[in-house]
Amino acid sequence: MRALEDVTVELRSGEVLGLIGPNGAGKTTLVNVVTGFDVPDSGSVELEGRDITAWRPHRRGRAGIARTFQGSRSFGGLSVRENVQVAGLGVGASPREARRRASRLLDLLGLASAAEAPAAVLSHGQERKLEVARALAIEPRFVLLDEPAAGLPEAEIPQFAEVLRTVRDERGAGVMLIDHNMALVMEVCDRIHVLDRGRTLAEGTPRDVRGNLDVTAAYLGESAIPEEGQPDADR
Amino acid sequence: MTEHVQTLLDAVALGSIYGLMAIGIGLVFGVLRLVNFAYGQLVMAGAYALALTQDVSVVLSIALCFAVVLALSLAMELAAFRPLRNASPTTMLVATFAISYLLQSIALVRFGAIGKILVVIPQLTKPLTIGSLHVRWITIVTILVAAGVFAALTLFLTRTSIGLQMRAASIDSETARLLGVRANAVITVAVLISGAIAALVAVILPMAVPERILVTPDYALRETIIVLVGVVVGGIDRLLTATLGGFTMGFLVGALSGFLPSSGSWPFTSSVYLDSAVFMLVIVVLLLRPEGLFTRSRRSVVDRV
Repeated sequence: MRALEDVTVELRSGEVLGLIGPNGAGKTTLVNVVTGFDVPDSGSVELEGRDITAWRPHRRGRAGIARTFQGSRSFGGLSVRENVQVAGLGVGASPREARRRASRLLDLLGLASAAEAPAAVLSHGQERKLEVARALAIEPRFVLLDEPAAGLPEAEIPQFAEVLRTVRDERGAGVMLIDHNMALVMEVCDRIHVLDRGRTLAEGTPRDVRGNLDVTAAYLGESAIPEEGQPDADR
Repeated sequence: MTEHVQTLLDAVALGSIYGLMAIGIGLVFGVLRLVNFAYGQLVMAGAYALALTQDVSVVLSIALCFAVVLALSLAMELAAFRPLRNASPTTMLVATFAISYLLQSIALVRFGAIGKILVVIPQLTKPLTIGSLHVRWITIVTILVAAGVFAALTLFLTRTSIGLQMRAASIDSETARLLGVRANAVITVAVLISGAIAALVAVILPMAVPERILVTPDYALRETIIVLVGVVVGGIDRLLTATLGGFTMGFLVGALSGFLPSSGSWPFTSSVYLDSAVFMLVIVVLLLRPEGLFTRSRRSVVDRV
């Protein structure tokens, strides 16, 4: 069985692209292919015209492609600040620059008060935000966020939407957002790409996509299945 | 009373040496998930380097010791650890067994089974007398050096960027690599620091432990085994707990051999039942706290705010 069939997605600088679809649609697989965690049997990944299909994940990271994971990948024994610093150091930032970025990003994501706490004690929602901060610490040109708002209290969603806009507008980065919070996706995305069973179902502006009844059916039909506890459901 | 103080100080010094070795083993385990059974042979190589050059000059001799041990550590990393990077921990452990016996055999062929007497700095083995208390200088120096190494390493791990990357790689090397942390660079630094500590132990051990004045092919092997046990008992996942485990084993060995009767008819001498006493305590500890004596209980890590 093929996880993705004839799907073409383009992520541009300075936009937020939403990637939605029911469980098993191939969203995470797509992220894995773009970031080098899965190697496609056919097809290619290009970065600004260059074929990077054979590149290893960390090389893509240094080239400016960052991602977050559904499952927690934070270093539990390091402080929240150190978690973000490591990411900056990893792409070659100086220690001073890595510290500066960490402070700025923790402020941006509202984690400044937890900066010195070990990452292991963060709540699920805070941990998602730490993942985002860490992805942004490499100052990516493209960042792929796999359910970054999962576990975030509803009240914090507007603030999180603002973070995504900041990344898009101030840094001019391209953001790919996978999330099941449709309010967030509809509000913040410039374009939306809908996947279902590995195929493109629709793509366009939020308005276009919302108007597409098929999408609503495909999405709402299965979105009732809880995502929690099955982080790799899309693979 | 003063006799007890002397015994305790000696036990603390022995614990410090074992603690140093535990740091060396724990540091490499952190970044590689590799239990280096051949660690004692690094100390052995350093001790031979010292023994064979001790007539020249102390400074040169110590410098050569460090050079030999660092070169050997690097060779181990490049020739054995790196090719086995993705091998199972069992495979890597067995490989270090092989390295250990290979190095012992080389030493046996090259230098023979008869040991060489080694006293690096004779002045340090003289006693310092405070009232009725006689403490050898090396006892004090050992404790201070071990404390200094531990403090310096803590600063290195928490304050420098390579140290921070080392801690990240120790927690989750795959994610660290994905974040761009250069695994080989971090591992090489850890291996070299571990080697430098082995060289330091080679300088201190023959002065601090009277029966270790004789350098033989199996030099420091017994210490390595006890330290490995200590590291597991303490909790190998974290450097602090591993170090405390090593220290505790050394302290126990030192204190038991001091307080238990060392003379008398067989089997009532400490040299006979010392190991039994130590390892019986180890078994008790592992039965009561299999996750490690000094590790915090799992629950406190899982509890989330």
